[in-house]
Parts: sequence; C-alpha cells; structure tokens
Amino acid sequence: MSMVRYIGKPVVNSVREMGRMLMFLLSSFGWLSRPPLRVMQYIKQLHFIGYKSTFVVVLTAGFTGMVLALQGYYTLRKFGSEGLLGSAVALSMIRELGPVLAALMVTARAGSAMTAEIGIMRITEQIDALDTMAINPLQYLIAPKLLAGLIGVPLLVAIFDVVGIYGGYVVGVDLLGVNAGSYWNSIESAVEWKDVYGGILKSISFGLIVSWVCCYKGFYTRMSAEGLGTATTEAVVLSSVLILVWDYFLTSVLL
Amino acid sequence: MLKLVGVKKRLGGQPVLQGVDLTIPPGKLTTIIGPSGEGKSVLLKHMIGLLQPDEGQVWVGEVDISRLHGQPLNEVRKRFAMLFQGAALFDSMTVFDNVAFPLREKLRMKVAEVAERVNGMLEQVGLAGMGHKFPAELSGGMRKRAGLARALVMRPEIVLFDEPTTGLDPLMAKSIHDLITSTQRTFGFTAVMVSHEIPEIFGISDYVAMLKRGRIVAMLPAAEFQRTTDPEIKEFISVGEPAAVSGVPANS
Repeated sequence: MSMVRYIGKPVVNSVREMGRMLMFLLSSFGWLSRPPLRVMQYIKQLHFIGYKSTFVVVLTAGFTGMVLALQGYYTLRKFGSEGLLGSAVALSMIRELGPVLAALMVTARAGSAMTAEIGIMRITEQIDALDTMAINPLQYLIAPKLLAGLIGVPLLVAIFDVVGIYGGYVVGVDLLGVNAGSYWNSIESAVEWKDVYGGILKSISFGLIVSWVCCYKGFYTRMSAEGLGTATTEAVVLSSVLILVWDYFLTSVLL
Repeated sequence: MLKLVGVKKRLGGQPVLQGVDLTIPPGKLTTIIGPSGEGKSVLLKHMIGLLQPDEGQVWVGEVDISRLHGQPLNEVRKRFAMLFQGAALFDSMTVFDNVAFPLREKLRMKVAEVAERVNGMLEQVGLAGMGHKFPAELSGGMRKRAGLARALVMRPEIVLFDEPTTGLDPLMAKSIHDLITSTQRTFGFTAVMVSHEIPEIFGISDYVAMLKRGRIVAMLPAAEFQRTTDPEIKEFISVGEPAAVSGVPANS
C-alpha cells in the first residue's frame, strides 16, 4: 500500500499541476478577447519581450551562422561541395537553430525577468491588490505577456535566421573564399516553403511555451525570497526542456 | 452589511478558521486583534473574496460571496478597498499613477478630473507634491499613506486595513491611526482593521473583536472590551498596556 502511495502521490501531483497549468493558459486566453482592451499593455510587453531581446538575438545569430559556416565548410570541402555551404547554413538556421536558439535566448533574457516580475508582484501582494480593485490579474498581467510571446518570438526568429545566414556568408564567402553567387544560389534552390512554414510554426509554439511557463511559475510563486528564486530557476529550466522536447516532436511530424 | 457565518478554512492541511461568526457594524471602525498566526489576515481576505471558505458564508449586504467567482465577485469588490500590510503599491508606477490607477481602469474620467481627484487625495493623506516619486523612494509611512490614498480614491463603502502600522515607529504609527480615523469620519465608510497595536487601537476603534483558536471569542464596543473580566482576553490586552510602575515599559 505504501508503495502505491509512494508512486501514486507524485503522479497525482504532476497531473494536478499540468491541469492547473492548462487552466491557467485557457483562462488567460479567454481574457484576451474581453474588454477593456489595454493596447498600451500589449505594446509595452511586445517592446520588452521582442525589441529588448533583439541585441542578444542578433549577437547569438551572428556567431551561430559564423561557426556553422566554419564547420560546414571544412566538412563539405572533403566532398568537394563547398558550393552547398549556403544551403547548409540556411536550412540549419531556418529549420532548427533559428527557432530553438532564439527561443532559448528569450527564455534566458525575458522569460526569467517575467517570472521574477510576476513573482515579486505576488509576494508583495500587488496581484491581490489588483483583485481587490476588481481587475482580473490574468487579463491585466498575463494575457499581454502571452500575446507578446506569440508575436515577439516569431519576429525574433526571423531576425535570427537573416542575421545567421549573413554571418555564414561573412565567414564562408569573405573569409574562406566560397563563391558569393553559389552561396546565395544554393540557398534559393534548397530552401522550400515548407522549411519556412515549419520554422514559423516552431517559433510560434516556442513563444507560447516561454511566456506560458514563465508567467505560470511567477504567478504561483511561493511567498518567500527562496520561493521566488526557485520559481525563476524552474521557469527557465522547464521552458528550455519543453522547447527541446517539443522541437523533436514537431520536427518528426513536419519532416 | 458585512457578516461572516460559520466560516471555516484549512490552509496547508492545518485548520486556521474554525467557525468564525462575525457581524461588522456599518459605518464604524472595527478592529480585529488576536495572537500572531491565528488567521486574522486570512479572515480579512475572506471578507473581500481573496480567499474562499471551506464551509460557511460571507455576506456582503444581500450577497453571499463565499462561492462567487469572476464578474459577479468583481461587482461586489467594487464596494471594497483594501490597504495591505506592505501597501502593495505597484512599484513600476509613480505615486500619482498608483492612486490614479483604479480611476483610469474603472471610471471614464477626463485627465483633468483624474488629476484633480488624485491630487486632492494625496493632499488629504499628507503627500501633496509627492506624486512624481516612485514607491521605492518613499519611507514606510509614506508608502502606507500612498496606499491609503489609492484605497480611498474610489470612495469605497468598506475599507479593510491589514496591519496598517506594522514596521512603523510609534509616532508614524500614531499618524497613520489618526489618518485612518479622520478619513473614516470624513467619508463614513465601514472599516475593518487587523492590528497588534494595543492599547492604541482602543482609542480609535468603535468595536474590537478578538480571534483566538480560529473563532471570534469576543466582539464588544472598544471601551467595554477594555473592561472585560475574561482572564484570557485580559491577559492578552494587558501585555500591551503601560505598566503600573511609572517609567517602566510593560513589555520591557
């Protein structure tokens, strides 16, 4: 009996937690469409998640594209296929690295900050204060962040892809001497609409995962400084793991 | 106006409220006292629907809010305001924006009207000219004043105060108490306050209730409460009173 309890308790707790997370997401989306529409809140969150993450995304994208070109060049040269470097960089960026790395960067920069901000509001009773003023915290605080994640991450992924491909160009063409025409031409012939579509789908779902998990963890922070630290760590770790796991499943469906 | 009937609540598996029956007289200041950890703040949160009882009812006028959610609960909450222990000001907003927040969210007032009402309120709580400051730039007492201004700006019928003087020096605590009583008399709202400030609360409250072992063990007019012969209550309230020997603090 104790064995059943030993195994059953964490299972029941996990299922309950998942149910609570799902209800949190559905309720927040439910509040998206209800008045009043706080446009400034949405713009503010989009600015925070999107615009303020641009620098770190550009930096990561540039070096990712550069290292990809470097590795790709020496691998392709063994087969005399340096001309395919552009397509190798572009396909890796658009299909995988762009959505995954951009989402991980947003998790690290904006996701952790979202959890900390909401968590502090919980601990200092600012969320309770919203409730007492008859203002739904899901509508005022969470819904704008969810929408900003859904819109902001795909835009950042687009920037990541472009900068990454250009980073690959700088290393491949300017440094290693690959022909510029064949670099761009191989991209044009290899990249199909379904690659772009897959990348967009991934980036939207990753944007949802980041904002959902990070907002949830902040909203249900335990009422202590230690609880806030734990919530922030859990938010970053869970978001990152979910991004990678979901990436695998989505890739296996899209391919 | 505000009535709790047989309210029971367990938190983390532990019983906190074990059958609270309490009627708050309208237009008066009622203070709830009791040992720490007895659930006074929990009780206050039940009154505004931030927590819901496991059993029992919470009546606000003719509405039982113990099972209300969403919009119907929000409708009832429009009658309330609450001053939290730490004031719960939004730290990303200035004092002015904090006080203006409920007006902008709930009433369609013109910018000039909002400014006039907020500045008037800030003046009333002694924060005239402080509107541009952020909460982090204010002292504890000033934060409580700003919190009070935000609580009162919507002219609520019922105001809940959760230990409004915690962490303040005696002089600042007195000024907050004075502010609460003066605003309560000016606006005539029903006030419920949780406090540990004994004996000061007897001077400002109309009624005093004591929460112990999860129940209200006494609810009397303040003057009567002080004269009670109940040994348990006497022991609790005598700790905070000045000692009989002149010059020696009671709790030294």
